[in-house]
Amino acid sequence: MDDQTKLREFEARILNGELIEPKDWMPERYRKQLIRMISQHAHSEVIGMLPEGNWITRAPNLRRKISLLAKVQDEAGHGLYLYSAAETLGADRNSLINQLLDGLAKYSSIFNYPTLTWADIGIIGWFVDGAAIVNQTMLAKCSYGPYARANLRICKEENFHKKQGYEIIVTLAQGTEEQRKMAQDSVNRWWWPTLMMFGPPDGQSPNSEELMRWKIKLYSKDELRQRFIDLTIPQAKAVNLNIPDPDLRFNEKSGNWETGSIDWDEFFRVIKGYGPMNRQRIEARRNADKNGQWVRAADDAWAEKQRLKPNEMAGS
Amino acid sequence: MTEKNQNWEPWEVFIQPGQGAPHEHAGNVHASDAEMALQNARDLFARRGKVLSIWVVPARMITASSPSDSGPFFDPADDKAYRHPKFYTVPKGVRGV
Repeated sequence: MDDQTKLREFEARILNGELIEPKDWMPERYRKQLIRMISQHAHSEVIGMLPEGNWITRAPNLRRKISLLAKVQDEAGHGLYLYSAAETLGADRNSLINQLLDGLAKYSSIFNYPTLTWADIGIIGWFVDGAAIVNQTMLAKCSYGPYARANLRICKEENFHKKQGYEIIVTLAQGTEEQRKMAQDSVNRWWWPTLMMFGPPDGQSPNSEELMRWKIKLYSKDELRQRFIDLTIPQAKAVNLNIPDPDLRFNEKSGNWETGSIDWDEFFRVIKGYGPMNRQRIEARRNADKNGQWVRAADDAWAEKQRLKPNEMAGS
Repeated sequence: MTEKNQNWEPWEVFIQPGQGAPHEHAGNVHASDAEMALQNARDLFARRGKVLSIWVVPARMITASSPSDSGPFFDPADDKAYRHPKFYTVPKGVRGV
């Protein structure tokens, strides 16, 4: 069967709503696009632990601290589900991790902003995980089986992340004047960067057409962004927090909230490495890798010794 | 730069999500031996909810059927209507057969 016929059959399967599995025939572009997307997603989960890890030792009480610890551990788990999914496409995990350490890989622009106050931990759960849920709920229905299943598993855990974040914000918003100000300041700093998380507007996304044709994505970036905006604004109003956008208005006709224009120059600056925290994020990952090296080496040496022992089961 | 460890390999993980349920494929972990694979699998796939048991197996030990041959490979099962109860008739009014 020639590649043209295979491609036709592949696209017919996708149109039919079938899931593509690792050993199935797929176009090279499909494989490449998925490896690019899944590895960026995995890196985002791993880098995403850093801004939150910043507050673990300073959580205001034990209840908040155990939640935050559990949440950060979940993010590590999400990174691992996703690296596994990328491996099913033939990607090598070490190479992917090295691309991140070498500063060659992209990850979500949002994690290049600093967590200056405790309220930022609430905002990350409410805004950032809220936005991630909108995106990942779609990806849980994408055409590639292992990626869809990884996202399904992730979504089940993200709901706790969002709710604990919103609870933090509600507590602050209903607290003292100082606490309310802290929550509002955090909303002000994170609102626009969160909207940028979905990526550049439709028409400026070079990969979108292909990704949607192959059902790697089911909705456009603007559609996902709109869904997040419509979900979030009533949640902000419920606790009297202001969205920092003088142009924000409700369109009665469409039933959507319309925002002012997003500063895409800022987005591209951050993506290109000039956000407030890009350098520190990569530096932290490099240090973690370096500091863990002796543990991995010791483990490897031990496993090798077990393997070479004659007539004995390794590890028994 | 992260190094490659010669004894690390992927292990496939199967979890039993409840009493009496069959083990289901959950995903995989990287580990240097069975004990580490089991611990990593617990940390990754049993952080919440009821998991009663975990199996791990080196991915290279699994032999899988090939999707390109799935037509002819599973063909023999396709045309055997006599393996299903609907193939057989019983007299009218007889119940519980």
